[in-house]
Amino acid sequence: MSTLRALAKAQAVAAGVAQPVATVRHLHLSDRPLVLVPLAMAGEANAPLAALVGAAPDEARLLVVPQPRNREQRLAFAAELAEAVLPHLESFRGVSEAVPVDRGRDVRYRYVDAPQLIVPNPAGITFLRLLGRSTRFRRPDGEYPVHPSVPLLGRWLTFFAERAEHPGSAALVALTEALTLHWATGQSAVEDLHLPALLGWLDPPPGTTGAEAAARAEDPQTCPPAGPATDPDFDNHRLAPAMAAYAEAEDDPVARAEAYAELERLLRGQLEPTWELMWRGLGLLRALPPGARVAGRWAGDRDAFTGYAEHVDAGGGPQPRRDGAVAAAVRLHRLERALASYAVQRAYDDPLVMAEHRLTGEAFVGDVTLADPKRVDDSGKRPVLRPRIQVVTTEPVLVPVGATLYSPARPAQKAKVVFVTPAADGKTEVVLELSGGMGRGLTAPPGSVPEVGERLCLTTLSDAYLPAGNFPAPEETPWTHGGPPAEAV
Amino acid sequence: MTDTAQRLAEIRGGVPPRRHNARTIAALTGNPGCTRRAVLDSAGVDKPKLAERIGFPARFGQSRFAITRGNAFEAQVKADGGVELLRLVAERLGVPVPAGASWTDLGGDEDRPERSRAALTAPGQGAALFDHPLLGLDVAGRRVHLEPDLVAARLGGRFHVVEIKSFPVIDGQADPAKVSAAAIQSAVYVLALRELLSTAGGDPELVSPEVVLVCPRDFTNQPVASLLDVRRQLLVLRRQLDRMARIDDLLAAVPAGFTADPAADPAALREALSTVAARYAPDCLAACELAYFCRHEARGQTAALGRPVREALGGVDGVDEVLALAAGERAPEPEQGEAAALLRAAARLRADALAGNPS
Ligand code: SF4
Repeated sequence: MSTLRALAKAQAVAAGVAQPVATVRHLHLSDRPLVLVPLAMAGEANAPLAALVGAAPDEARLLVVPQPRNREQRLAFAAELAEAVLPHLESFRGVSEAVPVDRGRDVRYRYVDAPQLIVPNPAGITFLRLLGRSTRFRRPDGEYPVHPSVPLLGRWLTFFAERAEHPGSAALVALTEALTLHWATGQSAVEDLHLPALLGWLDPPPGTTGAEAAARAEDPQTCPPAGPATDPDFDNHRLAPAMAAYAEAEDDPVARAEAYAELERLLRGQLEPTWELMWRGLGLLRALPPGARVAGRWAGDRDAFTGYAEHVDAGGGPQPRRDGAVAAAVRLHRLERALASYAVQRAYDDPLVMAEHRLTGEAFVGDVTLADPKRVDDSGKRPVLRPRIQVVTTEPVLVPVGATLYSPARPAQKAKVVFVTPAADGKTEVVLELSGGMGRGLTAPPGSVPEVGERLCLTTLSDAYLPAGNFPAPEETPWTHGGPPAEAV
Repeated sequence: MTDTAQRLAEIRGGVPPRRHNARTIAALTGNPGCTRRAVLDSAGVDKPKLAERIGFPARFGQSRFAITRGNAFEAQVKADGGVELLRLVAERLGVPVPAGASWTDLGGDEDRPERSRAALTAPGQGAALFDHPLLGLDVAGRRVHLEPDLVAARLGGRFHVVEIKSFPVIDGQADPAKVSAAAIQSAVYVLALRELLSTAGGDPELVSPEVVLVCPRDFTNQPVASLLDVRRQLLVLRRQLDRMARIDDLLAAVPAGFTADPAADPAALREALSTVAARYAPDCLAACELAYFCRHEARGQTAALGRPVREALGGVDGVDEVLALAAGERAPEPEQGEAAALLRAAARLRADALAGNPS
């Protein structure tokens, strides 16, 4: 936790309402996100109990499993969920765009848009991951045949769950995490996992403080939990009798229909409040303008969606149960790079995030007081354009002479620290030599060199592309490191 | 009755001490620094009732679906005199599966402590499974009986605690929170079993600190066994039990006349509780029945926001204090100099960035 965020939490306590920790939205939001609120049966291994799913507030579709311990019914749930999810995914496979690759020598295609799934909380992501795991290896033939849509759903859910581990991806989003990325509440991180309490802090009803609204939201009698776990009292006093009534009515179609309707009514009652909160939360996020680098990250999600759709089309198999050693190392490396670049991108897009780095000395803001945009360095073989500027800042400057700094305003430009001089009133003068981002000539195009009077943020954080690590191909992996992994089944 | 016992009885009110089980003993390790909890737990106060009485009821309900499932899985694993269980445990421990083992159910009788002691300490090396042993531990000077749904397996001359839990292990992984809860509970049993052996003049080290956890595998009902090393949990537990054993030291910090008798007037109870130091942290919400009360009391304290937040705020206690230091409206205490400078810088940067200065 950065001190800046912690301070925002303290301010939230005092103000009685959540405080912003971002000035722009750091994730892509689809125009038609597929919202999914799942409930699981207590005590079982991820047995679905019910779900509300839909791509608009008035399109909620209720799925119910009257006897979650019954395998057939669980698979029927998966088939029904597939009916809601797969056509939604398919609807993004209309239009593609060409993307140049290999320095423009080739092109590949990706869909211009991609689906986005939203669940209430991280436990919702775990639920989908396990549902994917329990269905993707099912077969439409053999001993226990299932509808072909079931394994396909399983593979797509697995795809989304894996994307959700990728920092900066917006393919599958836990709403609580998206919200706490942008606002700090006056409660702890554990309490923030509870969507109703979180929204209590973000948007308390008039005349109520966030703390009061959150406390009210914690009472499962007035506000059902956002799942997948249900309220034990609900289980014991309402759900269990309704399930028993359904089971007892086995031979009586009329009674059975009634019992089913009662179960639907009960479960809808548990799910609907969360459904409303989901759209309210999305509304709060939508009101923020997107950060400049959000579209770039979403393009990565579109790439991944395109890639997986092609994999499925080509008859590729389901994801393996566990990654082989190389695949796991590659994946870890990719996630680490994504995490680093995501942190930098958010700072570049958002002064409030950059402020966290200013506090730790990784960045400072100052005014340009001198600029020599025409300066040419002719000490080498060829003269090169190396303008110098002087920036005066009131912030502590911890970077040493010789360090390379960057400015989010001109990300392609490097600024080498030439002098750091203490000045009057505790200010610091920093002289920087610029290279890059000024064309190829010996004259800098207008605007490419900061002018006197410009307020500038300089940072050690670089948004530049990091080269990927080298890993052996699977067949070259020594057996001591997992050997050539078994073919994916 | 000793003075101490007398005192604890007063604190508890006119009711017998609340019974402990492995879960409640395991919960003792949750917030070891909290005096309030140590005193209430030592006295055996009925904390759920107390919490309810003072208007902050705890929410630790259990779904009957979960209970049913747990019982069914346990019955399944123990079926047929434990043949399947024996195979699972032996294979997991890497010892040859014995041709057979004796199965002794120690549950259900009147003189259980005696029977359990006799059975578990009887000479013998052969493979044996003991179901429902009755174990005991001293908690704050009081003998507490544990009736674990537990099997103690004697294999290759060593005892292993076998815990049967109904949460799934999927592709070799289980919910980490559930595993750590199981680990600390098992540690309670290991400790109690060791005590039983050493009291009978046996070697406590015969009880392995490696516990066998039996759970359903993947999405099936098939059991799978895993090993859990509970050495660390044993240390934590030992330390907290020792602390509670020095109950007189704890009571010295409690005002005379303090009572948590649930029959007392709620306002008086709230008042009384506030005289015994607590140490609220968000973890309490999952571990202690008084959490909602203590959270309410800790409002305005940085600790209530979680340890990482408190640390990021330089360890300053009060939210008001943090904000006053950040605004430069309050002179820092000598030891707060660094924290105050950090907070002032943070406040300035936050205001600057919110005013739209560049990134
Ligand atoms: S809830 Fe209160 S009494 Fe219980 S451990 Fe936490 S601070 Fe102590």
